[in-house]
Amino acid sequence: MSNIKPVIRVKDLVAKYGELTVLEGISVDIMPNEITVILGASGCGKTTLLKNILRLYEPFAGSVEFWGENVLDMNEKEFDDVLKKTGMLFQGGALLNSISIYENVSIPLEMHTNLDRDLMDKVIRVKLNLVGLEDAAHRLPAELSGGMRKRAALARAMALDPEILFFDEPSAGLDPITSEALDSLILTLKKQLNMTFLIVTHELASIHRIADKIIFLDGGEMLFYGTLEEAGKAGIAQMDHFFEVGRF
Amino acid sequence: MNLRVENNILYVQTDMDKFSVPELKSQFMRLKKSGDLEGISVIDLEAVNLIDSAGVALLDSFQQALEEDAKLLLTRGAQPKIRSLIDTFSTTKIKFAPIPKPQGFWESAGEATVNFYTKMVAALTLASEIFYYSFVGLFTPKSKRKGSLTQQAFLLGSQALPIVALLSFIIGFILSLQSGVQLKNFGAGIFLADLLSITMVREMGPLITSIIVAGRSGSAIASEIATMQVTEELDALRMMALHPIKFIVVPKFHAITIVMPILVMFSIIVGQIGGAIIALGMLDISMESFISRSVNILALKDIIISFAKSIWFAWVIVIVGSFYGFEVKGGAEGVGKATTSAVVTSIFAVIVFDAIFSLLYL
Ligand SMILES: Nc1ncnc2c1ncn2[C@@H]1O[C@H](COP(=O)(O)OP(=O)(O)O)[C@@H](O)[C@H]1O
Ligand SMILES: [Mg+2]
Repeated sequence: MSNIKPVIRVKDLVAKYGELTVLEGISVDIMPNEITVILGASGCGKTTLLKNILRLYEPFAGSVEFWGENVLDMNEKEFDDVLKKTGMLFQGGALLNSISIYENVSIPLEMHTNLDRDLMDKVIRVKLNLVGLEDAAHRLPAELSGGMRKRAALARAMALDPEILFFDEPSAGLDPITSEALDSLILTLKKQLNMTFLIVTHELASIHRIADKIIFLDGGEMLFYGTLEEAGKAGIAQMDHFFEVGRF
Repeated sequence: MNLRVENNILYVQTDMDKFSVPELKSQFMRLKKSGDLEGISVIDLEAVNLIDSAGVALLDSFQQALEEDAKLLLTRGAQPKIRSLIDTFSTTKIKFAPIPKPQGFWESAGEATVNFYTKMVAALTLASEIFYYSFVGLFTPKSKRKGSLTQQAFLLGSQALPIVALLSFIIGFILSLQSGVQLKNFGAGIFLADLLSITMVREMGPLITSIIVAGRSGSAIASEIATMQVTEELDALRMMALHPIKFIVVPKFHAITIVMPILVMFSIIVGQIGGAIIALGMLDISMESFISRSVNILALKDIIISFAKSIWFAWVIVIVGSFYGFEVKGGAEGVGKATTSAVVTSIFAVIVFDAIFSLLYL
């Protein structure tokens, strides 16, 4: 077990917005083919953690390694290659609004591959199929429901067959059924494509369904990292409270 | 007195426990009766070392008593243990505020200068990135999406064309009307053609067009980018290993560089038509001589300046628009602010640069 290398290694990460320190000294290893769930109260810095790992905001201090290489030392071009193997699903989907979801999925392929029209079309269809949106391909994002938009964004994030997927609150604003469907899609991707996931979510049901590991953030620090089972025994008051309140 | 009022702040200068509370309360009531508490919006607790539930109850009653006058009552300066006691016992959800550092004149002047300076640096950095990627983009067709240039150019041009035409016509007409009357008095009506031609080519054509393009396209650029920032679309682009400047700004930059000179040319011609109506109708100049004088007066230098101006103004509009777009903070209302600032700043910048051009190349 111990010779498995982490896909992402975060060391002593400090994240700030101007003067405001949001995260302090976060260190964690994200293991391959695992679903790691980030938990914590609203505003505790979960989105900030994802964005700092992905350099959408530059971390203030610390290091972030992807596949053993510190990405903070990379220039933009080198980091582009890391990003091509990484996808992210944003809280609101973040689809480009002026073009159809088919075109949204096609952008990464157009920009980064030399596939001809026919092959590209096939790839796009496969990805839309995967999320069950083949019939909505030519609709604009504004014409879709929230759940469909998230699935479209997932298809786009999957366009280049990434090895790691980041999700920011995938089930926020979804009904339990749709949310469950999204979870099984995530589990399928994990099993069949050997993907690694880092997921921010509040939903207890979802956590129980998918989480291999849990990161618990509170007050800018990581209070816990481990399995769901260990979380129950860890005796961390804030986290116990979180699980207690979320149960229904 | 254990209560003191200064600058609309109520200072509590003693411990607040069940023993001191009655005295504090009567002092408070006296202050209130004498009207000294009007306009109080902050209670300062920095000097309080001890508080109990009676003290908190007193704070609550201060809150309720003051609330009619001041909706936003804040408490500040409390030590952590005092704060947590207040949090536990308060029934009115007392809000806390940090104590502001006093700011002197030099400090605020310094801060404004530093702000302006950092903004300028950010804008210039963005400008250099835009120039760099626009230049590089000319030779790497893959960095653009197919069709985005023609689409952008068409959008820009077709949006601005009707209003540029209308305004240029009116301005050409008015300029000629005003100067025609004067020139006629001196029997120099024939010079109207020269005058209008120079004015339209060197000044009015580029200026009118830029102001309209700033209003239409500059605002569109700012609001598009700002919206994408707010909805995380820019982050999403970055996640697709795309560069927002290359992907969004560069096609617009190329498009505007092509379209602007065409619009300016158009504006000049339509302005001349407006002038021709006066020349032919009021000053009895023939069509042939109007046209030939208009063309002959122009030196190559005038035309070059006209083009240089229009391209330079176009770049200013794109850069200012994208700067405010990328800089946006907050949600939907941030987008509106960014758009307004972009339009105001780019029109201002265009006029300033116009003045500089005119001074440099008279
Ligand atoms: N762009 C930003 N600028 C300044 N502060 C921000 C920005 N984004 C988030 N914050 C602040 O950082 C903190 C953490 O935010 P976030 O990571 O979005 O929380 P979460 O995703 O856990 O709800 C919050 O206090 C939020 O107000
Ligand atoms: Mg968030």
